[in-house]
Amino acid sequence: MIELKNISLGYDNKQILLKDVSATFSSGTTTALIGRNGSGKSTLLRAIIGSQPLMNGNIVLNGTDIKDTTALQLARQVAFVTTERVRISNLACRDVVALGRAPYTNWIGRMQREDERVVMQSLEKVGMEAYAFRTMDKMSDGECQRVMIARALAQETPIILLDEPTSFLDMPNRYELCHLLADLAHKENKCIVFSTHELDIAKSVCDTIALIDSPTLHHYPAEEMINSGYIEKLFKIRYEK
Amino acid sequence: MGHRTVTLFVILSILLLVLFVLDLLVGAVYIPLKDIWGAMIGEEVNSATRLIVLDIRLMKAIVAVIAGIALSVSGLQMQTLFRNPLAGPYVLGISSGASLGVAIFILGMPLLGIVNNSAISSIGTAGAAWIGSALILAFIAFVSTRIKDIMVILILGMMFSSGVSAVVQILQYLSNEEALKSFVIWTMGSLGDVTASQLQLLLPAVFLGLILSIAVIKPLNLLLLGEQYARTMGLNIRKSRYLIFLSTTLLAGTVTAFCGPIGFVGLAIPHISRMLFSNADHRILLPASALCGGVVLLFCDIVSKWLTLPINTITALLGIPIVVWVVIRNKSIV
Repeated sequence: MIELKNISLGYDNKQILLKDVSATFSSGTTTALIGRNGSGKSTLLRAIIGSQPLMNGNIVLNGTDIKDTTALQLARQVAFVTTERVRISNLACRDVVALGRAPYTNWIGRMQREDERVVMQSLEKVGMEAYAFRTMDKMSDGECQRVMIARALAQETPIILLDEPTSFLDMPNRYELCHLLADLAHKENKCIVFSTHELDIAKSVCDTIALIDSPTLHHYPAEEMINSGYIEKLFKIRYEK
Repeated sequence: MGHRTVTLFVILSILLLVLFVLDLLVGAVYIPLKDIWGAMIGEEVNSATRLIVLDIRLMKAIVAVIAGIALSVSGLQMQTLFRNPLAGPYVLGISSGASLGVAIFILGMPLLGIVNNSAISSIGTAGAAWIGSALILAFIAFVSTRIKDIMVILILGMMFSSGVSAVVQILQYLSNEEALKSFVIWTMGSLGDVTASQLQLLLPAVFLGLILSIAVIKPLNLLLLGEQYARTMGLNIRKSRYLIFLSTTLLAGTVTAFCGPIGFVGLAIPHISRMLFSNADHRILLPASALCGGVVLLFCDIVSKWLTLPINTITALLGIPIVVWVVIRNKSIV
């Protein structure tokens, strides 16, 4: 569960992205974070992993304020999949996913049997078990994205954040990926939040939608959000003008 | 570890031994293997032979192995930290720091009229080089606490070292021929100038650098995904950067202090190791680079003795084609 308590986010005092925002993202739900370019979607996600300082307020993950956690403790609470395309040649998918076990392994990253099991299971969950021994340099964007998600799963965190996971993917892959995320949230009681520009996907696949209309954030169940008119207001007004 | 990895480690270890012995055999005078062995185990041999074998050839071969290991391991750390295939041990300005120290020592002192000050001359070229590279590291470490983006640190390091090189050029321009020549010879690198007492400094410093590099194996593996990912997987970025910088300075800084800047080894060897072992895991790559580094520098030393050319010209002529080949063959290397 992620609790945003009266947070303000921005760069200096000139560019305020969010002001005095409170919201709760529960376990077992998938939330789509939508908003226009530059509205602060990525900044909010970075704030939740502690990479972006808050101007005000608190972020509480499963009862613990992120201010009071070390990088290692945080790594056991929340996993993050960035927009960065990572392709490491000479490293098998299995080894990339194994890096996700870092918060649990010893100083040199020695894998125990349990770690190996989690790694293979994570690859299976994203349907990439056949790629375990292949390297990422010869894989498609969608396949790489799945491997990076498997890595996040191997971290075994109650919370997973993804920054625009659907960009670079074609339409069937986008839906497939979002269904996969929704499945994970429901079956494993994870709290999954991802930013996206795909309004249709957000509406049809996610449980709740958080919409950033700087400096406010509206967070409603998907159905309610669709009927609220906020989305139209934010995305269509300029178009009609 | 797979069969291939084990086989490669065994082959490289044998190669290291063979080249080590070959390096003892090659030199200006011919000494039969029997006499070399005799001198090493302390048998009765001609005193000139003993001197050549123990003080010159053995010392040089040991230094070649140490330098090869140190430069390759530090180069590997820099390539991973900066996620840049063109990074090497000198990317943060360690060699320009060292050359500034040496330039001030060799060129600057005569300019200032300090010629026979025994306190200063006891520091020696090596001491001056070491102080120079340590100062650069202190600066980089200071900067890195304030800067989040690792690429900015890379650019600052490169700019800073260019600035330092300009100062060195000023000193060169103002110096007399004799001082200039001894400085230029230092920049060509030499594995043969290390004395037994200097080795007592070189060995522990490099050893400590290697211990640190082993301690950062897991951080280096996480850094393969970039600093942002590494942080979300629980890595303390600041601490890891410090340890990596410190290790690199101990390794590359010390070797440069005693042997001069030896180019391309630190840049090319990690690539060769990656390709040979086709593995990016530092648990394999770090010992692999160390072994390859020892092998290659021994080989370069043999060639340089054979052709009687400075070591740096050989490492460059052998290293550049390798780097070019690697870059052309494989675009996403690190």
